[in-house]
Amino acid sequence: MDAKLKETILNPIFKGNPITVLVLGICSSLAVTVTMKGALVMALSVIVVTGISSLILSLLRNTIPSRVRIIVQLVVVAMMVILVDQILKSFEATYAIDKQLSVYIGLIITNCIVMGRIEAFALGNKPWPSFLDGVANGAGYGMILLIVAFFRELLGSGTLFGVDVLNWLGYTPNNLVILPPFALILLGCIVWVQRSIQKDLQEK
Amino acid sequence: MEYLSLFVKSIFVDNMIFAYFLGMCSYLAVSKNVKTAAGLGVAVIFVLLVTLPINYLLNKYVLAPDALIKGVDLSFLSFIIFIAVIAAIVQIVEMVVEKFSPSLYSALGIFLPLIAVNCAILGGSLFMQQRDFANVGESAVYALGSGIGWFLAIVSLAAIREKMSYCKVPAPLKGLGITFITVGLMAIAMMTFMGISL
Repeated sequence: MDAKLKETILNPIFKGNPITVLVLGICSSLAVTVTMKGALVMALSVIVVTGISSLILSLLRNTIPSRVRIIVQLVVVAMMVILVDQILKSFEATYAIDKQLSVYIGLIITNCIVMGRIEAFALGNKPWPSFLDGVANGAGYGMILLIVAFFRELLGSGTLFGVDVLNWLGYTPNNLVILPPFALILLGCIVWVQRSIQKDLQEK
Repeated sequence: MEYLSLFVKSIFVDNMIFAYFLGMCSYLAVSKNVKTAAGLGVAVIFVLLVTLPINYLLNKYVLAPDALIKGVDLSFLSFIIFIAVIAAIVQIVEMVVEKFSPSLYSALGIFLPLIAVNCAILGGSLFMQQRDFANVGESAVYALGSGIGWFLAIVSLAAIREKMSYCKVPAPLKGLGITFITVGLMAIAMMTFMGISL
């Protein structure tokens, strides 16, 4: 693997993370981080959608007139999201996936990460790097989601993936952590930690 | 009375930003000063108010099971139909506003086209579908309420951020970090409305 491709994969995970650095796609993400399971399902869905729609649009990049590109992008992304949603629906009963998640899966369409990566990368690059770029950005997004979900489920319910971790020690779950505001505060703290390590990201 | 209850509930209890984090991207990006924030807020109210009743009718008479043809369930198409309606409405609204009120058009500027990809609009339609409102009136009231909730949220955050520029914030927290925490604290304050019913 050459250095440029490696950079494409590694950059979105930490240095150019879509959530904490580019501030994209926060909309649909935070409400699904109450449990690790919800976050994992959401993360995988976003990885699939960003990866494959980047791939498709990169293949089409020379045939789309630039004036109608936004609508073509929306159609491709919406198609991918419908596929993911239908697949999840068929597993809903087996794996007890929260029904509320369906709304947030639908919101992947307007998730700025997907459109942002297509505009900024897929339309100007070959299919394979575009696919990797999409997957890596989805992964960077998923990582933040899982970090937030880890703390929220551990402190809020005392469990991880539904398995009891703290409760048998006599831990009283903290209800504030389950409430939406805590996700934002946690995200603020993640940004704080990251910017303390990477000083060049700090705003003047 | 039901309408009033739904209206108040959608502004304060089910606030788009503080309870569901919808429209967060533009919320964080455009809340640096009060004037532009208010412009975007008005545009969001307007687009929500137009698109939600249309999507409601489409959902009820085209997409719902057995609505168009007996025995056919088209609800899997709802994402693509909703986003197409929203994109089309935004385009039409933009053209109409440009023609009839150039001053409003220049005030809203780039915000109008950006609204097509604002999660609050698509989210409004999807929540509307999930909640099964009884008639068009209810969906319009819901749209107005959540639009106003979004407006209030962005204007208040912009006001806080304007004041915050005079504060001494630790360097790594500056900008994005402190904004996240501020929004979190605002959301905790909004939780006092939880459970209110009229």
